[in-house]
Amino acid sequence: MSDLRLFSRVSRRSFVRTAAVIGAGSALASPLRASPPDALLDAGLRPLPPAPNNVRQYDLAIAETVVRLDGRNAKAVTINGTVPGPVLRFREGEQAVIRVRNTLSEDTSIHWHGIILPPEMDGVPGLSFAGIRPGETFEYRFAINQAGTYWYHSHSGLQEQLGHYGALIIEPAERTGPSYDREHVLVLSDWTFESPYRVLSRLKKQPDAYNFQRRTVMDFFRDVSRDGLSAAVSDRVMWAGMRMNPTDIADVTGATYSFLLNGRTAEAPWTGEFMPGERVLLRVINAGAGSYFDVRIPGVPMTVVQVSGQPVEPLETDEFRIALAETYDVIVQLPEDRAYGVYAEAMDRSGFTAGILSRSAGVVAALPARRRRPLLTMADMGMDHGAMAGMDHGAMEGMDHGAMKGMDHGAKADTVASTGAAVDHAAMGHAMPAKVPAATADAHAGHDMSAIATATLRAPGTLPVETPHSSETHGVGNAMVPMSTKSRLGEPGVGLGGDGRRVLRYAELRSAEPWAEFRAPTREIELHLTGNMERYTWAIDGIPYDQASPIELTYGERIRLTMVNDTMMNHPMHLHGMWMELENGHGNRSPRIHTINVKPAERVSLLVTADALGRWAFHCHVLYHMEVGMFREVRVSKAASGHEGHHDAA
Amino acid sequence: MMQPDRVTRFLAAPVLIVALMLASSGPLAAQVVDTLPHSSAHDMSWGRETFVLSEVLEYAPSGVNRPVNYDLLAWTGGAVNRLWAKADGGIATRGSRLHGEYQVLYGRLVSPWWDAQIGVRVDQANEDGSAATRVGAVAGLQGLAPGWFEVEPSMFVTTDGNVSLDLTVSYDLYLTQRLVLQPRLESAVSLRDEVEFGIGRGLSSTSFGLRTRIELRREFAPYFGVVWDRGYGRTAQFARQAGGAAGEARLVAGLRLWQ
Repeated sequence: MSDLRLFSRVSRRSFVRTAAVIGAGSALASPLRASPPDALLDAGLRPLPPAPNNVRQYDLAIAETVVRLDGRNAKAVTINGTVPGPVLRFREGEQAVIRVRNTLSEDTSIHWHGIILPPEMDGVPGLSFAGIRPGETFEYRFAINQAGTYWYHSHSGLQEQLGHYGALIIEPAERTGPSYDREHVLVLSDWTFESPYRVLSRLKKQPDAYNFQRRTVMDFFRDVSRDGLSAAVSDRVMWAGMRMNPTDIADVTGATYSFLLNGRTAEAPWTGEFMPGERVLLRVINAGAGSYFDVRIPGVPMTVVQVSGQPVEPLETDEFRIALAETYDVIVQLPEDRAYGVYAEAMDRSGFTAGILSRSAGVVAALPARRRRPLLTMADMGMDHGAMAGMDHGAMEGMDHGAMKGMDHGAKADTVASTGAAVDHAAMGHAMPAKVPAATADAHAGHDMSAIATATLRAPGTLPVETPHSSETHGVGNAMVPMSTKSRLGEPGVGLGGDGRRVLRYAELRSAEPWAEFRAPTREIELHLTGNMERYTWAIDGIPYDQASPIELTYGERIRLTMVNDTMMNHPMHLHGMWMELENGHGNRSPRIHTINVKPAERVSLLVTADALGRWAFHCHVLYHMEVGMFREVRVSKAASGHEGHHDAA
Repeated sequence: MMQPDRVTRFLAAPVLIVALMLASSGPLAAQVVDTLPHSSAHDMSWGRETFVLSEVLEYAPSGVNRPVNYDLLAWTGGAVNRLWAKADGGIATRGSRLHGEYQVLYGRLVSPWWDAQIGVRVDQANEDGSAATRVGAVAGLQGLAPGWFEVEPSMFVTTDGNVSLDLTVSYDLYLTQRLVLQPRLESAVSLRDEVEFGIGRGLSSTSFGLRTRIELRREFAPYFGVVWDRGYGRTAQFARQAGGAAGEARLVAGLRLWQ
């Protein structure tokens, strides 16, 4: 009886959680005990031996394997028998030849996340290639023209949730940047003993089935005694009026997930060696299917040196949030000869995983106290902004689409095209733009079509301005739209900040080197991230992939990709095949990334040079959001006649 | 005593729904063992599902004739278009009293929160050896009103030309993460008397339930509660004429299940 098993598991886990929460107030949670250091993942101390003829080959077998996870047997989809799969190491400039043999009874694939390569090697069934059939071997061949921390994973079905992922590390041709003495790869992920197809089915039937951190009647009484009756009531009325749940941080939670670091839970943690005083590079990868992690080594500052595999100006922090599919390289210096815990807490605080840095097995590292689950705020609905300041809770009661439609800021087409005027590169700076006046927002939103034609896109590398949402509500698949959206790159994100700890923010990231060429975009594409939690209908512009047409780009053109998150969830958006330069206010120091987390009610923009012909995927990296259609094809083709207006401005 | 053929007839709808439930749980249970259905690419659509729910499935030991009451629903389809089936009724374990409303509906999501539904409804009632049936068209809404209230208004037009309006409102109040108090109000208004069904014109009846369930799993929640039924006006009069009371309060124990 699998059901009984699941039930007893959920009970046990919630008991553990309750115990942990009770313990949190008084003392630290139970300590971590170091396992023998894992030699497999301890590579990277020595440089890679040269590859014969500069061709580095790997043979990977995809199989269904029973592995030991969290003290139980689990049927996983493994790569060469393990979860995660092997660390694939290359040197910049090499040719990669990777033969992938499929021993499953269904199709599989591997996508090389963050690698710039030919479209037919990108590994997305239906876009790049047909997929790898059962019994078949597919040979991936591509040149490695970049360095850094990347990863690879299945792009077929929900295999990624079943363990089909691993790290891909590329050593630079010449080592530059901050030095380090030793490195470890930390692959964070999540595992469920339920079938991921069942997880998705449950989410479609009861979208909050995994949320065991709701606000209850008990919470209400606590809030009454803390904030007073009227404040507690009006807060409940406001959220209930909008049919939104402030505890809806993650769809799939620790109620079913075991959180993993290099395939292990905190009960038998992964352990990596270090020598006291060494500079240790930690290559942190979030290979989860549904979990964001907040990573820290209590008491030890971390210096962030790479994001998305790309070097950034070194930046010291105490904690960083890693969205799904992101990679962060941090350098730490551990002064003492003792065990240090690397702590990765799920964003919704429903669980955590941890690893140990230690010279010997068996020693223990203290775990920090668990934090209470955070709540979404007005800002996550785009309602804390200046324009909304005068609004009281009463006015928001029962706010519905009808009321929203009343706010007419002009119908906005999903794609706002604009002719590119020459933008003075020198003019772009670190200026934080002021809030856009409503009249300008109207014009920008397309209320006045003539305004579009003559509008000048703002300077590249600058932050987007606060913009009221248009009257477009994106159909029945979208539950609500924020009143107004703005950049939130300077915010740490839900549940972080305010505790004296330094937290990495996107706004702080600067590319290690300025871009020699930093063109202005010639047009802007605005996409809205949409969803209806009650129906579990995630999409872009309210349209799931199976009903959508591709985003067409002309080869060579430079676009501004603006994403507006109309939902109350975070979405890690990933573009295949091309880099995105995050416009975070640092001009030609804009960091280059492959995945961007878009916060609720956020407006974020990225510059993309369409320098890769072919069909590419663009999607949310929450596996279940992608599976239900939060996905687009981006098609880059040569300019055809009659396609004027998309030409280069530079 | 109940006649076997009647039992078969009146149990048909709930049995069908429970069977659907079991049928849909079969492949799901199998999936836990065999995690890999044969699909290649991501689905990348809002997809299709089949859902079966017993919102009410309870025994009332203190009720008149000790009834087993049920309110079941099932849907199959995508996020926007769905085929719905509903059954709401009761079967006395003492005596021959039975009643049930069975509906098959097409539903379409017309706003992010509301399904509009249209279909056919068959009502059956059996009291002291007399059986009655009425058939008609039904149209309604089902969704979530501001405040997290589950609301289900519907209009039933019988082939005889009677019109009745039904409204169900319920609310899930989470006392803890697993203990849920659910107030639930059902009310019915009829344009005309339906003597065979014991229904009088005007506001005919209300039923207010207060049930507390424990979600051992989200899908499996035993509950207990109390339900107050009341008939009004001519409905109350019919009940008294039949030798009964215009209302009753009863304790209930049941199971809320979904699959």
